Amino acid sequence: MTMSEALTGDAAAVPSAGTSTMTMIQALRSALDVMLARDPDVVVFGEDVGYFGGVFRVTDGLQAKYGTSRVFDAPINEGGIVGVAVGMGAYGLRPVAEIQFADYFYPASDQIVSEAARLRYRSVGDFTAPVTLRMPCGGGIYGGQTHSQSPEALFTHVCGLRTVMPCNPYDAKGLLIASIECNDPVIFLEPKRLYNGPFDGHHDRPVVPWSQHPLAAVPDGHYVVPLESARVFREGRDVTILTYGTMVFVSEAAASETGIDAEIIDLRSLWPLDLDAIVRSVKKTRRCVVVHEATRTSGFGAELTALIQEHCFYHLEAPIERVTGWDTPYPHAQEWDYFPGPARVGRALRRAMED
Amino acid sequence: MTEQRRSAAPAGREPLHLHVPEPSGRPGHHTDFSYLQTSPAGAVPRPPIDVSPADTGDLARALVRVLADDGRALGPWNPQLEPGRLRQGLAAMLKTRAFDARMLVAQRQKKTSFYMQSLGEEAIGTGQAFALEPGDMCFPTYRQQSLLLARDDISMVEMMCQLFSNQRDPMKGRQLPVMYSYKRAGFFTISGNLATQFIQAVGWAMASAIKRDTRIASGWIGDGATAEADFHTALTFAHVYRAPVILNVVNNQWAISTFQAIAGGEATTFAGRGVGSGIASLRVDGNDFLAVYAASHWAAERARSNLGPTLIEWVTYRAGAHSTSDDPSKYRPKDDWANFPLGDPIARLEAHLIAIGEWSEARHDALRKEIEAQVAAAQKEAETFGTLVDGHIPDPASMFEDVYETMPAHLVAQRAQLLSGR
Repeated sequence: MTMSEALTGDAAAVPSAGTSTMTMIQALRSALDVMLARDPDVVVFGEDVGYFGGVFRVTDGLQAKYGTSRVFDAPINEGGIVGVAVGMGAYGLRPVAEIQFADYFYPASDQIVSEAARLRYRSVGDFTAPVTLRMPCGGGIYGGQTHSQSPEALFTHVCGLRTVMPCNPYDAKGLLIASIECNDPVIFLEPKRLYNGPFDGHHDRPVVPWSQHPLAAVPDGHYVVPLESARVFREGRDVTILTYGTMVFVSEAAASETGIDAEIIDLRSLWPLDLDAIVRSVKKTRRCVVVHEATRTSGFGAELTALIQEHCFYHLEAPIERVTGWDTPYPHAQEWDYFPGPARVGRALRRAMED
Repeated sequence: MTEQRRSAAPAGREPLHLHVPEPSGRPGHHTDFSYLQTSPAGAVPRPPIDVSPADTGDLARALVRVLADDGRALGPWNPQLEPGRLRQGLAAMLKTRAFDARMLVAQRQKKTSFYMQSLGEEAIGTGQAFALEPGDMCFPTYRQQSLLLARDDISMVEMMCQLFSNQRDPMKGRQLPVMYSYKRAGFFTISGNLATQFIQAVGWAMASAIKRDTRIASGWIGDGATAEADFHTALTFAHVYRAPVILNVVNNQWAISTFQAIAGGEATTFAGRGVGSGIASLRVDGNDFLAVYAASHWAAERARSNLGPTLIEWVTYRAGAHSTSDDPSKYRPKDDWANFPLGDPIARLEAHLIAIGEWSEARHDALRKEIEAQVAAAQKEAETFGTLVDGHIPDPASMFEDVYETMPAHLVAQRAQLLSGR
């Protein structure tokens, strides 16, 4: 399947207006623009997101267009950003808050885990928290240990949260719109190394811009990529790669460089997830490699591995391989020794093909 | 045991020592309540609602009081409420006290797993409930049941069904007893986490301002939980966005066994925290129904007039145990409440009504008995729907509902597993 086939094959991808070539940043901005225009209850705020438009420029121009009561700067206080978002959600708004780096969410843990995630449950639907928390995540930009983390497993462990991670402009916009419209709290993780191009892990090669990629063709208007739906990013027969975010492109490079006909499943929604797509693929290829950038132990790959064991055990021909970041903090100067690049994924693919 | 390291202080220098605040009273010796620093009734001025927050420093250190010891209402904070309204306030406080007393007994009978009474603090929720308007939203702690019991439209039977975790429990057995949620009554779902609701109240108020609404929020926190980051966060956000919110600090002197000085109340006031954040702040006698109403009304008018937040420290005393799992005789004098300088809020309002010729002891006794009978009747009815001890709890399969708006596949599967017994 080619990229453009993957694009047109998405049932929800019917454009309601024209289509433009967008980077992931532009696609995310377009999603916020569309939702601010459509729904007067949508508000956007976070550190530096107002006048300046965010350190990654995602909210650039939105304050000028929608005013300071819809798009505004917040104090450097993630607990407060999420806490007021929960209160706004209880009022009836649909806040979209930016946590400047996913690495900064920890002060907001109580508001995310004990409050946003459980408001509907504990009040039997009396109050809800339709909050979207955008968080740039992942490494590859020499961000060191406080600007590179992939904390998705800390969210997938929490009942009541939805955790989403797009890997391309088309999905980024459609998933962000779906997240904002969702009445559950959504953790929306944005792989920052993909903001400006489909990075495949070859850090020593020239940057490839989104403009050359079919998934950069983004409808200008409103559309959704449904939550809980995975994308078959690359069809293949030999082995299934379960991955998401930056590692989708790294895995694609590894498949192409090893010549192994891997089927790459981009999960898109990590939890709740599209289990059928996973089971269907693994039962077909009978081999599986799980790839993520986050640390290994108790990482989301462990959950994926357990799910495959539960649902596909008798179909497997080889042990499931995991390729992840090492169980260390994300180092600065040794970034490319830490980052699970195409060579490591390729070695895992070869191991998975043994026997 | 490890050997204590000897002081490394050089000659001529005093070694440093760690200060750990202690209450003056402990079991066996009385509390010296002079630390409270009260003001005479009527002595504290009442500024206009557009006072500069910086000019409320004195109000954050003094104590706004209206009711004098002889029952008279004095000074500029006297809200001049109609006697009928005062009698309604008295009835609501009596109702709260009778409700608490009944539910404490029910807990001893294992009809509920847990209870938290508000003995001695009934004036605060009642007075503020009377000062707020329909549509305003409170973000309470677990000790503001008077906000609900002050209303006629919230059934005691339904509240008791929550406490008994029975088949009519509106929280479907998911929440600890007392963790009510009543959106229709402006009562946010209670969290057991402490302080989280304080910043949420600010967010709700910001939303009301964003929508050009006229409703305001009221956040609640105890003295102990002001040490949490969410308290300071709430002050920052409320000040920055001039949020239409009342920030209530109920200083009942005790956080379970921890004296308020451990939360930072020694030689300062919790109201003073507000002034430092640029927020107009008051320190008020929380056992004085008239002062509670007047200060709440003043703060609500400020919020409704786009003048921003007001922090109010309510000075009161937690007369009972923290919860049914607590034994305060282990850490404070048994007769502490009897010596508390601000008295009993019910007795003080009763004395005032009698002093102005609008009440009598006989009418008071009759009202109390009537309310106690209403509470007993409510309990009898609630128990017909079951209690925790008789096992009439909500359907276990319902635990999988409301985790998400629609049940994802993994929860459908887990519910099926529970029901199949696999």
